[in-house]
Formats: sequence, structure tokens, C-alpha cells
Amino acid sequence: MSTTDPTAAARDEQRIAEYAHPERLVTTAWVREHGGDPGVVIVESDEDVLLYETGHLPGAVKLDWHTELNDEVTRDYVDGERLAQLLSEKGISREDTIVLYGDRSNWWAAYALWVLSLFGHPDVRLMDGGRDKWIAEGGELTREKPQRERAEYPVVQRDDATLRAFLPQVRELIGQVPLVDVRSPQEYSGERTHMPDYPDEGAMRGGHIPTAASVPWGKAVAEDGTFRPRAELEALYLDEAGLGDAEDVVVYCRIGERSSHTWFVLTHLLGLDTVRNYDGSWTEWGNAVAVPVTVGSEPGEVATR
Amino acid sequence: MSLPQELASIAEDFNALSEQERLQLLLEFSDGLPELPERYADADLEQVVECQSPVFLAVEVDDDAAHTVGVFVTAPRESPTTRGFAGVLVEGLHGLPAEQVLAVPDDFPSTLGLTRAVSPLRLRGMTALLGRIKRRVRAATDAATDAAAEH
Repeated sequence: MSTTDPTAAARDEQRIAEYAHPERLVTTAWVREHGGDPGVVIVESDEDVLLYETGHLPGAVKLDWHTELNDEVTRDYVDGERLAQLLSEKGISREDTIVLYGDRSNWWAAYALWVLSLFGHPDVRLMDGGRDKWIAEGGELTREKPQRERAEYPVVQRDDATLRAFLPQVRELIGQVPLVDVRSPQEYSGERTHMPDYPDEGAMRGGHIPTAASVPWGKAVAEDGTFRPRAELEALYLDEAGLGDAEDVVVYCRIGERSSHTWFVLTHLLGLDTVRNYDGSWTEWGNAVAVPVTVGSEPGEVATR
Repeated sequence: MSLPQELASIAEDFNALSEQERLQLLLEFSDGLPELPERYADADLEQVVECQSPVFLAVEVDDDAAHTVGVFVTAPRESPTTRGFAGVLVEGLHGLPAEQVLAVPDDFPSTLGLTRAVSPLRLRGMTALLGRIKRRVRAATDAATDAAAEH
């Protein structure tokens, strides 16, 4: 049995109602009530590829970012044909409401949500607080895998123009639109370039893209893993990071996963018009030849060329 | 370099399975990872920073003729993949002579058939863990050799 405090649940509902697009977020209580409804698919997406197998929400399907949403050869996401095959096998149709949740305050769930958004899946949401909140409330976990009937997910072309940014575009956008670096302060300053013994996973150069504001992704999340209230997020991003009434924003991190989380906040919780995730992020920029880099804790100037 | 018998048979077991079943086997290793012995309850163990989650490692090398190696690893329950990697290495290496541990090829993790099921990036955590274990064993046996030379 779950142990949710009814007043806390009501507070969560109220907080969510204040976001720009409250329909993109559901509470754990909502999942308990509607997780098994026809047309609703609960999907777990984690950093740890085995976490789902250790126990997941009853009826939840697994979607792994590394092994399922990435193309095996090219550094890119799967194409429309592969996505259709993948979701059909998992018993997910284009009309379904997909509710994603996962570990680490929904990093990877937000990443999966962003990728599904590239394909324009109409109704895809996050479970606020993710896996940890569900467990903290005493929610049931099971190792039993659901047997969903195969669905017919259509082949939809991926739209890389609207929600995604590539290196040449970002380069042109320096000084034109706000950039947000969501990595840790040490990665932003350049103090940390790569992890020991992993030169090839990191970058040749440390620092950040000139003019980028530093807002580590986790600042958007409260202690219980839920998103902070809208007013706090506005103070953080619109005021402190200076996004103000920007119409176009680019976010990035190391490979695009933490910045998907921030993309979700800016797009769905604050309602900014055009937010693009630069998924090449620092593992591309920090290895690219002759791109401008700023070190230290200040955003830096527009590079003169 | 050659593979100790126990590790070779673990690799055989993995490769005999379908990719989905390989994850299940890794989960069994994760579930079965032995608890740390009492003497390490409060010890400050080594954190393998390359792993995506905290992993704590202790390596003991006996001063018997074979320099028998003891491998003790722990990782949180929320990090089952790391626990699974640790479980494979503990089962495959614990109790072997140092010489055999040092002879394990550094790319052993890539022979388990897990590269696609787990992703190459994640598999690096296991390579790093194996590297740490071998480094500890090498340091301990070098120290023992030096000490012997002084006598």
C-alpha cells in the first residue's frame, strides 16, 4: 500500500496546475489510479540498464536510451522505421498516452521523452519525482514483465529542425540567442575535462560555449525529485540565467541527457516558445577543431572571427 | 594472456544465451553479489570513479606462496548493472593466485556478449573495475617481492 499524505498530494496537484503545460506531468497518485487504464502506457527509462529488471511499476514497459533509442552505427537517434518497429513490439501505439519515469530524478526519462518528441508523439508525459518518489511512497514494484499485445506504431519521420540543434547552428547562434550549459560548475569552468582512465569518453578541451549561462540541471529539482514550483523556476531561468522573454534558447550538457531535463522544464513547465537541445553537447564541442571555448566561471564574450 | 577457468565458464554461460537472457544472468550476479565481510563494515574503501555509480573495492593479497587474491566489492542496490559487473569479477577472481588474476586480459568484459545488451559506454565501468583490481594486485605483489628482496 502506498503511504501518500493526502495534503502533500493536493499540494503536488496544485503546483503542477501552475505550470505552462500541466498536461505534460502526472503525479505518482495519478499513476496509481490510471496506470492501468486503456490507452495509458507506463514506461521506465533509466541510466542503469538493469534497474527495471530489479523491479518496476506494475505494468510498466522498459525503454532503454542507450541500447534502444540510439542508432547502433551512427551517433544519432533511431529513424522512423526503427522507432515504429520498437514501439510496436512494446505494444505502444501513436494514440497512447505515454507516461515516462526513471531513476536520477527522471534524467533519462526526460531524454526518452525528448526523443519521442522529435517524432512528435502527441501525448507523452513524465511522472513527477520519478522512480525514487514512487519507492519513497511505498509504491509497489514487481519483476513481472507485462505482456502487451503488439501495436501498429506508424512510421513517422523524425523532425530534427524544431527541438534539436547541431554544432554549425549553435556556432552561428553564439551571441544571438541565450545558451544554457546544464553541466556541473567544474565542467562549465573547464576544471574538469574528462573522467580518469576515460579520455575517449570526455573531451580534448574543457570549458563552455562562449556566452552560455551556467544552470546545473539539478537546480530545477526539489529534494523529493519533483520539479520546483513555477515561480522558483522562473526566478532561476528567466531572471538569474537571463532567459527573460527569449524566443529561442539552446541547452546542452555532455551528451544531451541532462539538457533534455532542462529542455523539459523550459518547454513544458515554463512554456518557452522554441527551446532546442544541442545533443552533440560537450562531447562534440569539446572535441571539435577551431570552435570557440571559454574557460572559467564567467559566460564569456562573443568570439570575434 | 589466458582466462582463468571460472571466468571462462562465466563468459561461456553469457554467450550461450540470447541478449535478453544475458541481462537476466547479469541480474542474477547482481542479486548474488556477496555482502562485504564484517572487517570492512566501516572501512573507507576505494571508489571507482569511472563507474556511473559509487563502487567500493577492497583487494587482499595473501602472503602465501601463490599470493592468493581476495576481491571484495560493493555497490548500491540502485546500481544493479555495476553490482552485476562486480558479481562476475568477484565470482571469477576471488581466491585465485595473483599470477592468474594479472593474466586476465583487460578486454575480458567485451567477451561476455553484453556489448549490445548493455551498451559499450556502460561496459566501460566493468573494464575500469577489472583494471582497478589488477592494479591493486600488482601493487601488492610488487611490494611483497620488494620485501622479500630486502631479506
